Amino acid sequence: MSVVQAVPESQTPLLEMRGISKSFPGVKALDQVDVTLHPGTVTALIGENGAGKSTLVKILTGIYQPDGGEIVVSGAPVHFANAEAAIRSGITAIHQETVLFDELSVAENIFLGHAPRNRLGLVNWGAMNARAAALLTSIDAPISPYTRLKDLSIAHRHLVAIARALSVEARVVIMDEPTAALSYKEVEDLFQIIERLKRQGKAILFISHKFEEVYQIADRFVVFRDGRSIGAGMLSQTGQDEIVRMMVGRSVEHVFPKVDVAIGSTVLNVSGYSHPTEFNEVSFDLRRGEILGLYGLVGAGRSEFCQALFGITRPSAGTIELEGRRIDIRSPADAIAAGIVYVPEERGRHGAVLQMPIFQNMSMATLGSTTRVGFLHQAEEFALARRYAERLDLRAAALSVPVGTLSGGNQQKVVIGKWLATRPKVIILDEPTKGIDIGSKAAVHAFMSELAGEGLSVIMVSSELPEILGMSDRVLVMREGRMAGMWQRDGLDAEVLVRAATGNM
Amino acid sequence: MSRILKYRELLLVAIIVVLIAVFSYRAPGFASPESLANIFNDTSILMILALGQMAVILTRSIDLSVAANLSFTGMAIAMMNAAFPQIPLPLLIAVAMSIGALLGAINGFMVWKIGIPSIVATLGTLTIYRGMAFVLSGGAWVNQTQMTPSFLNTPRMSVLGLPLLGWMAILVIAIISLVFTRTVFGRALYATGGNPTAALYAGIDVGRTRFFAFVLSGALAGLCGYLWVSRYAVAYVDIAAGFELDTVAACVIGGISTLGGIGSVGGAILGALFLGVIKNALPVINISPFWQMAISGFVIIVAVLFNARQEKRKGRLILRDAVKHQPALTETPAEGAAA
Repeated sequence: MSVVQAVPESQTPLLEMRGISKSFPGVKALDQVDVTLHPGTVTALIGENGAGKSTLVKILTGIYQPDGGEIVVSGAPVHFANAEAAIRSGITAIHQETVLFDELSVAENIFLGHAPRNRLGLVNWGAMNARAAALLTSIDAPISPYTRLKDLSIAHRHLVAIARALSVEARVVIMDEPTAALSYKEVEDLFQIIERLKRQGKAILFISHKFEEVYQIADRFVVFRDGRSIGAGMLSQTGQDEIVRMMVGRSVEHVFPKVDVAIGSTVLNVSGYSHPTEFNEVSFDLRRGEILGLYGLVGAGRSEFCQALFGITRPSAGTIELEGRRIDIRSPADAIAAGIVYVPEERGRHGAVLQMPIFQNMSMATLGSTTRVGFLHQAEEFALARRYAERLDLRAAALSVPVGTLSGGNQQKVVIGKWLATRPKVIILDEPTKGIDIGSKAAVHAFMSELAGEGLSVIMVSSELPEILGMSDRVLVMREGRMAGMWQRDGLDAEVLVRAATGNM
Repeated sequence: MSRILKYRELLLVAIIVVLIAVFSYRAPGFASPESLANIFNDTSILMILALGQMAVILTRSIDLSVAANLSFTGMAIAMMNAAFPQIPLPLLIAVAMSIGALLGAINGFMVWKIGIPSIVATLGTLTIYRGMAFVLSGGAWVNQTQMTPSFLNTPRMSVLGLPLLGWMAILVIAIISLVFTRTVFGRALYATGGNPTAALYAGIDVGRTRFFAFVLSGALAGLCGYLWVSRYAVAYVDIAAGFELDTVAACVIGGISTLGGIGSVGGAILGALFLGVIKNALPVINISPFWQMAISGFVIIVAVLFNARQEKRKGRLILRDAVKHQPALTETPAEGAAA
């Protein structure tokens, strides 16, 4: 399976991770992965969402401890009991959106937590500002240490984050999607800084979805898939096609219980749907019994589009027709009444009221129908909850226990039950299987097929390619708020979808 | 959760019973039916206000203007009664509740449409409403002699050993319990405070629910404006000064979570009764009213500690969410299982 290439061992590695494994209940997040970082080298970590990249970063920065394997820094095995231990070993991470403090000065942000002290144990402001200025100069950042962070542009904040990373004498710098929030020009500036860090002999682990950037800045690569390291080598010797294949190469069809159902007439027609900032000109038809996969990178505007469809936000242009009738959705209540429901991505945050009993959660979107002369009819609420609990095979001690006491998969069932109770025509499932165990995933997929079989139309937002490939009748790919293409099930090809999503057509 | 709450309410009942027993040992007659009815009657206004406060707290907000609202409406209808003695009492009460509801609606509007945090909005109106009471009265008092006998005496009329004031509280408790547990609005209160995002996705208008919570709190404050003025037979600007804190205290002691979405009518009532028992008992056993304040404060802190178990659990969930939302940690571990 592995496609590890022979790499000229010009230098000794600065950091080696050998056979690292990490399991979570029901899930093997990392399975014997190997990653090697060399001084003065940028190594790109490539993989789909869910491939285990973030777990690896968390292990490297001491947030998680591996179940197996070893980490060797400069030839000596190390063990990071916590984040501080990782920092002491010279490993530091710059996150997608850096966590900094708006109201503090640049110097305070750089030295927060390890400010130089004077003899009385108080912050030595003079030394701190001087050291901050020196650090900023070393990365050519035209920023005064006295400026308050809120007055800086996003690109300059990044420079501050990098200076902060360097202030702890970092030898290994991890950059987790550092370009996600940057403009083209800012990315160029960032790359110059990375070049400078390379010259200073730092080892850099660069995580990005964008091939263009990876090829521009990185020297080596490691590809992860499903928690395993699939391949590693020099980018100069490896084509994009090969890397895309390593990312997606697998057979998935038999895992998904997709049942072919007769696709009926058009139920939903969305035309030219646009939002001032999040998405633009999204148009498609959705038919009875159809599952439309909505694929794209994180931040492509998929969830934002679905939220507008559900009335959480208002579009700036575009129309919706449901069963041939033009409808105007101004609020979630309108959407529910029209027959469009949205099962949000994060159940705990968006889906369920955790401290409320199951039956009250189940009836929440249909309170009108369980009301008799102005009063809620508890027996009817229970009947409704029982009906959907049985149908979804919900496992709970009683319908009166709080949803917060259930497992993730069962919480998801409560949320889905709540929506089914509204008897929808179109159901939008946003990352329906994110963060749930494999058994529950299969159940959710089977259930999705069942819904389609009953004539419901499903829009499934997913960042997991196997799920998209396995479940969709059609796939709409979004990139940077726009439609990047639409594919029928017959012609589905993982590489094509990844290219459309990453802009590497 | 309901089990914890039940347990907690039973515990409050037990504490109140023990307190009464201890006090009646020191002051025989404290536990007599007349004395207990008197304590209940004396706590009526606090119980009613606490229920309004509870509605607001359930939605993750707070209403600090209830006592000022009470003072303004009390003044307004005392003056109305003095100026137009022929206006029938039921109409006066309706006017009081309407004025109160209007003042509550102003709070609710600021929180709903302008997006001002409720603690700030009602801190502002707390001062404004009292100022309005001063402007309205010119700082003058409305005395017993200026009010009509029916205005003053109706709440004192005893039915089955309990004055009508007490019966009024019982009626409000009954209606509010029904509203909170058996109506869509009541469910919306709990859902809005329990998880505003989930409520929004379920088609519940979170802002409007908050608005009506403030309107309810205001209407009950208006009702209490009348009850207070008739009970103490005087209306002046400073009546019920600081009483808003007692209503919050009653809720907190009664287990209404300040994080929203958790709490029962029974809890709020027991919280108010607890404060009522202490307030009535300490003078009887010759403890200075200053001790009374210290004891109330101590009890509030103990009550919050008691809440800690529930709220810590909730806090942990929030923390877990926060970790999950840290940008670098967007991939949840379980995703690694993509088959």
